[in-house]
Amino acid sequence: MPGPTIWTLLSWGPDGWSDDIAYGALVTIALALATLPFGLVIGFFVAFAKQQEEPSLRLAANIYTTVFRGLPELVTLFLFFFGMPLLLQHVIRWFNPDATIDVNSFIAGMIVLSLIFSSYASEVFLSAFRAIPKGQYEGGYAIGLSKWQTMRKVILPQLVRIAFPGLENCWLILLKDTSLVSVVNLAETLRNAGVAARVTKHSFLFYSLAALVFLVLAILSSIATGFIVRSLARKGATR
Amino acid sequence: MSVTETIVEPPPPQARGWSRARILGYALVGLWIIFGLGIVAYLVSAWNTDFFFRYAPAYLQGLGTTLSLVVVSMIAGAILSLPVTYGRMSKNGILSGLAYCYVYFFRGTPLLVQVYLVYYGVGSFRVELESVGLWWFFRDAFNCGVFAFALNTAAYQAEILRGAIESVPRGQWEGAASLGLHKLLTLRKVILPQALVVALRPYGNELVLMIKASAIVAIITVYDLMGNAKLAYAKSFDFQAYIWVAIVYLVMVEILRNGVEWIERRITVHLKR
Repeated sequence: MPGPTIWTLLSWGPDGWSDDIAYGALVTIALALATLPFGLVIGFFVAFAKQQEEPSLRLAANIYTTVFRGLPELVTLFLFFFGMPLLLQHVIRWFNPDATIDVNSFIAGMIVLSLIFSSYASEVFLSAFRAIPKGQYEGGYAIGLSKWQTMRKVILPQLVRIAFPGLENCWLILLKDTSLVSVVNLAETLRNAGVAARVTKHSFLFYSLAALVFLVLAILSSIATGFIVRSLARKGATR
Repeated sequence: MSVTETIVEPPPPQARGWSRARILGYALVGLWIIFGLGIVAYLVSAWNTDFFFRYAPAYLQGLGTTLSLVVVSMIAGAILSLPVTYGRMSKNGILSGLAYCYVYFFRGTPLLVQVYLVYYGVGSFRVELESVGLWWFFRDAFNCGVFAFALNTAAYQAEILRGAIESVPRGQWEGAASLGLHKLLTLRKVILPQALVVALRPYGNELVLMIKASAIVAIITVYDLMGNAKLAYAKSFDFQAYIWVAIVYLVMVEILRNGVEWIERRITVHLKR
């Protein structure tokens, strides 16, 4: 009996695998989108700390980026995925001796990707901070804005415009790094493609499909960021 | 008493003591110190002479595998990046389109997918590969890793090289042409020496990225540094396996990063004003 044709394998439904891979693509997108706000906020504050005059703040921020940019993503992931339950178990045993902890791979992936994304994004934010002349702060103070108001009304709008291309790059790296979480059994694109490949023995087909999914996501992101860049340019001061 | 003395007050003395930023900074540094001490304490408490002497040689051998994987694929990628750069910069639409697609594919998809595509995907064409006589190459996971990494880094290195060559002003080409140098000689004697200074830092970054990315090959059963850590953890269920490997990677990356910075400072001495 000849095996199912490629088109059956790629169909949508119980015989095909397209629905599984599409579901995986949704998980990939969800993971990247869930990571993004945390990564951006942490990255911003790390860059902000590196901008301060207080040396201890700078030191703490520098240690952060050195550690999370220096460790391979996979090692960070394994450290958290296997280490966090151990640590939490120790803490929880004090209160409830027979509790066990299981770490959700989505949450572990989110934490690890936030750490990595934020350390890359902080470099982008830092160079954007440095591109803004000191006079902008002084001008803000001179017209009586508080520190916080100057940051929000004067610095941030310029910062976002300068940092955007770099952040887009970080986003693409994040999108690709989500594939690593498949290693700790999160059912995202690559994981589901791998299951399909193992069951049907059509490895090349399904891994190509996974590559295609990531390519399409990258293309969609660049279309979306193109829109954002254009709207930022429209809102910006025209000179 | 002159007027200026009454109007111009001396600047207020620098604020000493405990500002809010300083308290926060000290708290954060304190957290890092506690974190570091915690890891040291853990490693001391979990110290296991038997574990150390059983797995330290394996880690060393894994380190060798990691380094050889990175070095071989970096060199192969550098060679492969030359035609890709040529294609990217050529005025021929087909050639530049092909090169663009190559770069876009390898930069747009995760390295893990590419590694799987080579190891499992190409590996599934065993009969065809055997008939061409290439099966011996793709049978070995290490070779598959090198193959995927070389293709991947070639795409990145092509972009680095292109950016560096384009950063040299056009006048340099024109000046060399007016001296009667032909194109290849211009590239070798005039353009590349200037371009490579620009390219050094991105190349260093790429090397660091490759070392970090090389941990991936542990998943396709290559016993590199990470692969040996995985094996040690699977055998002993001792979490220090991963902590040791993290320390080794971190030290390696920091040494490389500082080394590249040092070289860059040395070769740009003549550009400092």
